[in-house]
Amino acid sequence: MPSVSVRIPTQLRSLTGGQAEVVLDGATVGEVLRALDVAHVGFGERIFDEQGKLRRFVNVFVAEEDVRFLDGLDTQVTVGQVVSIVPAVAGG
Amino acid sequence: MSSGKSSVEASRPAGAAAPLGTCFAQGLRCRDCGREYEMAPVHFCEWCFGSLEVAYDLDAIRAVISRERIASGPRSIWRYADLLPAAHHPRVDLGTGFTPLVRAERLGAHLGLRELWIKDDTRNPTNSFKDRVVNVALAKALEFGFETVACASTGNLANSVAAHAARGGLTSYVFVPSNLEAGKILTTAIFAGNVVAVDGNYDDVNRLCAELADAFPWAFVNVNVRAFYSEGSKTLAYETAEQLGWELPDHIVAPMASGSLLTKLHKGFKELAAVGLIDGPVTTRVSGAQAAGCSPIATAFLEQSDVIKPVKPDTIAKSLAIGNPADGYYALDVVRTSNGACAAVSDDEVVAGMRLLAQTEGIFAETAGGVTTSGLCQLVRDGVIDPDERIVLYITGHGLKTLDAVEPHVGPRQPSAPPSKPSSPPSPSETRGSAGPQLLESSSPRVQST
Repeated sequence: MPSVSVRIPTQLRSLTGGQAEVVLDGATVGEVLRALDVAHVGFGERIFDEQGKLRRFVNVFVAEEDVRFLDGLDTQVTVGQVVSIVPAVAGG
Repeated sequence: MSSGKSSVEASRPAGAAAPLGTCFAQGLRCRDCGREYEMAPVHFCEWCFGSLEVAYDLDAIRAVISRERIASGPRSIWRYADLLPAAHHPRVDLGTGFTPLVRAERLGAHLGLRELWIKDDTRNPTNSFKDRVVNVALAKALEFGFETVACASTGNLANSVAAHAARGGLTSYVFVPSNLEAGKILTTAIFAGNVVAVDGNYDDVNRLCAELADAFPWAFVNVNVRAFYSEGSKTLAYETAEQLGWELPDHIVAPMASGSLLTKLHKGFKELAAVGLIDGPVTTRVSGAQAAGCSPIATAFLEQSDVIKPVKPDTIAKSLAIGNPADGYYALDVVRTSNGACAAVSDDEVVAGMRLLAQTEGIFAETAGGVTTSGLCQLVRDGVIDPDERIVLYITGHGLKTLDAVEPHVGPRQPSAPPSKPSSPPSPSETRGSAGPQLLESSSPRVQST
């Protein structure tokens, strides 16, 4: 499985021991984010809702594109790509 | 609704107690899960990513606030300081607010409306409503100790941040899409802050700033101090009520980009009732307008969907071109619960709306104003608006900022051949179809050859 880097927003870095970026394995965005929850327990409940979907105020980008313009959590990732978790509440 | 004092207002002695400038904000609260946070430059809930909103001690405000106390304050947003999360700071005050609320007799008559008002927020220091939010944000930023301020902007905010920073001697960085109207770049650059043009649309700029806010110790007004910044929009609601003799409109129509303005208008009305300045409950209907080329909120409303799908903006209304609206869900909720509606208008209608507003009321609005005016026309046409309602239309930015949008339609132009007789005005249908707002008459001047 490809290894990708996941960028962590400041407010959630307490869950990663202060790391701003974490390297994880996974073939899709969903797999990578679930691997994040395994590696750093507590992440899952922050970014997923009760149905296992991304919370509505969580934006996830792969290679600079919002995954909602791609295949959502099923978006394929390739080695070396960067997955960014970005709070949606900004701007305007 | 009564035009006199509310029952609570009448029974309370005016003034006294806390001096104007006492801050009644208690902290921040997540709008989604309700978790509470201390006052700090944070903007989203670390548990559910929901938006943080300022929470006030409304009982304490109710004990001191009065119409007289407000009337004795400055003719600016700071007359409502009791309901704002920062204290007035002259260092970053350009004199924002208390803009005219004008009775729109001619536009109202044109649309068959009994009582239409326009809140003309083109009259602010940098000619848009953004001065309200920036003034509050920078006052709060100074309280937090920031000396560098920044923003992601579609133009109006850039103008305002750069101007207020210049006034306060603060360093500023404004990030804008590289395809922004030239006018908005110039009206930012004149203040000599740092203007960073980003190759991408507004949502790309916004995402960049959301990440930069993690890396730099700056006050990004619409990122890490957004909870305070957005409260400035409430002053539009307070002024509307005060200028209507402490009554509320039956229906308001506002432009929607992130959706924040619309939600804060509604919050402002509700707070006035909560602190006893007006009688409740608030029944004002809240409607929003977007350009069809970027209408994620209006589309969700019109499709009766609970999901707001982000879009890639494609519209001349660049100040509203936010494809991924931060407060979209909250705005949708306000529109639905208040029994309002949404309108989405074409770019031709945007221009037609700008022209109609100018020709009927003498107000030159930017493209966002064209969206709002055409949105009103659409809501009237669709029967959403009751002609007997008291309506307030929010015009939030000046037309001189977006001359590009109207230049092809009303700019001087050379005729292809010298006219053989005095030119007759072109027909009203020259620039639009029957679906858009109908002009009273054409306004396309021609430069005559002599």
